[in-house]
Amino acid sequence: MKIPYPVFLKRAEDYPKWLPAATSVAAVLLAFIISGIILKATGANPIKVYSYFIKASFGSWGAFSDVIVKAIPLMLIGLGCSLAFRMRLWNIGAEGQFFVGAFLATAVVMVPLVDLDTTPRWAVLSLMAALGMLGGAIYAFIAGYLKAKLNINEIIITLMLNYIAVLWNNYWIFGKWSESGFQMTKVFPKNAWLPRLADLAGKFPFFSGMTVHAGIFFALAAAIIVYLIIYRSKWGYKITLIGDNPRAARYAGINITANTILVFMISGALAGLAGMTEVSGVVHRLQERISTSYGFSGVIVAWLAKLNPFAVIVVSILFGALLVASREIQPSGLSFLIQGITLFLVISSDVLLKYEIKWVRPAQETA
Amino acid sequence: MTIPEEKNTIPAVEMQDIVLRFPGVLANDHVNFTMYPGEIHALLGENGAGKSTLMNVLTGLYKPQSGEVRIHGKLVNFNSPKDAIANGIGMVHQHFMLVENQTVTENILIGLDNPRFALNLKRYDKQVSDLAEQFGIHIDPTAKIWQLSVGEQQRVEILKILYRGANILIMDEPTAVLAPQEADELIATLKGMAAQGKSIAFISHKLNEVKQVADKLTVLRRGRVTAERMDLQNFTRESLASLMVGREVIFNLHKCDQAAGPEVLRLEDVSALNNKNLPALRNVDLELHEGEILGIAGVAGNGQSELVETITGLRPCSGRIWLEGRDIANRPPSFSISQGLAHIPEDRIGVGSAPNLSLTSNIIMKRFDQKPVSQKWQLNYMAADKLAGGLKTEYDIQAPSVQTQARKLSGGNLQKLILARELSSTPRMVVAMQPTRGLDVGAIESVQQLLLNQRAQGTAILLVSEDLDELLSLSDRIAVMYEGQIVGTVCTGEFDINQIGLMMTGTSLGDLPAKTSGVGTSNERAVSDFDGVLEQLHHQDQAAQADQTHQAERFPGSVMLDEDQTQAAPEEIPSPLEGSELNVSEKERVLRKVLGQNYKQGDEE
Repeated sequence: MKIPYPVFLKRAEDYPKWLPAATSVAAVLLAFIISGIILKATGANPIKVYSYFIKASFGSWGAFSDVIVKAIPLMLIGLGCSLAFRMRLWNIGAEGQFFVGAFLATAVVMVPLVDLDTTPRWAVLSLMAALGMLGGAIYAFIAGYLKAKLNINEIIITLMLNYIAVLWNNYWIFGKWSESGFQMTKVFPKNAWLPRLADLAGKFPFFSGMTVHAGIFFALAAAIIVYLIIYRSKWGYKITLIGDNPRAARYAGINITANTILVFMISGALAGLAGMTEVSGVVHRLQERISTSYGFSGVIVAWLAKLNPFAVIVVSILFGALLVASREIQPSGLSFLIQGITLFLVISSDVLLKYEIKWVRPAQETA
Repeated sequence: MTIPEEKNTIPAVEMQDIVLRFPGVLANDHVNFTMYPGEIHALLGENGAGKSTLMNVLTGLYKPQSGEVRIHGKLVNFNSPKDAIANGIGMVHQHFMLVENQTVTENILIGLDNPRFALNLKRYDKQVSDLAEQFGIHIDPTAKIWQLSVGEQQRVEILKILYRGANILIMDEPTAVLAPQEADELIATLKGMAAQGKSIAFISHKLNEVKQVADKLTVLRRGRVTAERMDLQNFTRESLASLMVGREVIFNLHKCDQAAGPEVLRLEDVSALNNKNLPALRNVDLELHEGEILGIAGVAGNGQSELVETITGLRPCSGRIWLEGRDIANRPPSFSISQGLAHIPEDRIGVGSAPNLSLTSNIIMKRFDQKPVSQKWQLNYMAADKLAGGLKTEYDIQAPSVQTQARKLSGGNLQKLILARELSSTPRMVVAMQPTRGLDVGAIESVQQLLLNQRAQGTAILLVSEDLDELLSLSDRIAVMYEGQIVGTVCTGEFDINQIGLMMTGTSLGDLPAKTSGVGTSNERAVSDFDGVLEQLHHQDQAAQADQTHQAERFPGSVMLDEDQTQAAPEEIPSPLEGSELNVSEKERVLRKVLGQNYKQGDEE
């Protein structure tokens, strides 16, 4: 079919406040439709697949609890990315920062840094959380420092550092901390486990089997803090100003070097904390596959949420649902397909914010 | 108001009742614009008056909400610039769109369907040079763009649209980028094209120039037409200005007599490198007092930007910079800001503002850490909006609201925003670089008056400008920079524009010829003196002359003197430029540039 009238993009001066949210929602819906067409082409029934998807992730409280478990690291990483992206720092090294955070948190148990039998649980967990954040922050510092001082492209550095972090972890779980030759550490003692809902099953049988852990509180607290930083604090104003025009920020007396490093470190700390919640709240040991590329999904989450901290929470739950459902469905790559298409559409939907699309009638050639 | 003399010819362009609304702004409010073949029509107005918007409607970039456009009597409805080109409309923008590494001909052919695949450049070179000749444009079609001067590049842009068959040309402030001679040549070219039947719309806010070039005039103010198709003879500079800004513009600023107070700023032996790591400032010594405006004169690129950047802490340097007894050299910008140093940067968009942030965010850029905007760790956005709202009214910043993004402001309003931010903090010292460049008359006047008000309040002001008239009317003293050095510092009034012009070519104070006139400068005198200097220049060195003739052959469009002027000069006058390292033609070019504006004014009045 021929398009009846030529299409034009006209630069839009302004857009209504609801438009960014609307385009995000539309992008997700469209991603599902496109994936549906692909499913159809492979011979599956997309409606059936999707209803199974929904059942698998939201069908019961147990399933929903699993979704939240998957969403927690996404929330933390997505929040960290939102902060960095606001300053136009493209930290795509959350995956590496996540692993280093998990590593340092594990060190508390494996070295061990404290006497695990006598130290109270809250103290062990606080130390693990603190070291997890420290690990992520230190790892992000490398990229932040190189970016701020030598203006080296942070995308390439953070990307490369991801591989180093994964291999670093492998060194420990294959070697020094290996549990009798398996590629994992021994199971942490209960003292180093984040409390879970299932722990309360004795009092409330309803919670039995629910794996949601206390990491959710970290994520929610982080969302509130990031919100306050971005929208309420003077520091958030500085970040936004640097993001919009670094030369103007420098002219206004803002220290760009220090803020670049600081934002990188906070972004990394949140990813490191995510690593800690994974080892301490979910797998209870350090092992090879602790991340289903949370670090990269977190980037997508931040974009899809348009860098809004509370939207990050909602989008993370959606992505958590995709991850949970992918366990139940073959091929399991389907959820990554949907993620990829969503990111593609979200990024391209920015056109709708910057331009008005118009179908215009051809010129009336009447005298 | 319309003059109905061309009743029997069909207008080349007839725009009627054009209405175009942007969010919050009525850019064109029932605008009429008519232009006949063979006419140069000036479109005059302040920044943001709607001139460019109107022309963008004509070139198909914007679609008006209502109104009709007729080209040669035919009703048209442009959907894209392509449609406009097809109807013979072409626009030369202020910023050229040329490929540096390609030749003139190649640039002209870019985007055309013909030639399709194989390119016989020779054949097209011939076409281009024929076309150029037809309109009296001097250009070498085989030259690469990077080899050409700005004026020559502009000619390529003009040829580009002529080649596409344009007979309606829109020139968007074409002289803004040109040296005075180049501007003269452009005007001659435009007149030649008009004589061959082309219609030319000439957007400008330079009053002198408009009087020189245009036949007819349409004036816009805040989106409305205030004068439609008027004959230019009936106007004086002053009456044009009042049509543009809607009130009488007083070209004499109010500057009170006051003695300079104690020293505020002192530079001792300051040297700095430029971005290419070459010396840009060499052992600069300066001092500046309370209630004084120190002008920095000089041809662009002689270290003025670096001087401003070292003082404001944006560039490392050696030597000492004392601001009220504290050494601020090599301290971060935040330190000098806290010491009461305000900075009006040269680059309003790139440095002075955050384009995508709101007016409020731009206003609080330097005081988000002070009460009431700062509340412990928090930023009080209510207080910030209130502050911004107050300054918006006080400094008359035209914008729909304080939430408007800075990039939506016109040049003049953006500058007012920057001034509001910098001056409202009651600074001890202001560093202003090119504060009026690119602004229209009304805005220039208010910016200059704001600076003078600061002076009256005892603020020390360092004013860097390339506009000698501005420096002479505002400054108490003028320091002239040449190749990173201060050639000399003079008190305004003791020296005339010629002597300062000579210093800008590197002549030191001691080598200057005696002052040629009494106190003050007159345009006529400036012109005659100027010619005298040029005559001297030409007789001082035969070889230099030969060199110049050679240059003239190489670059037919570049700066040249009339032959007879060179021949008629007396021989015994000693050169005032002895001892400096420039050759004659370079010096002449600089002089022309420095004095050109005066030269033109004198010529005409």
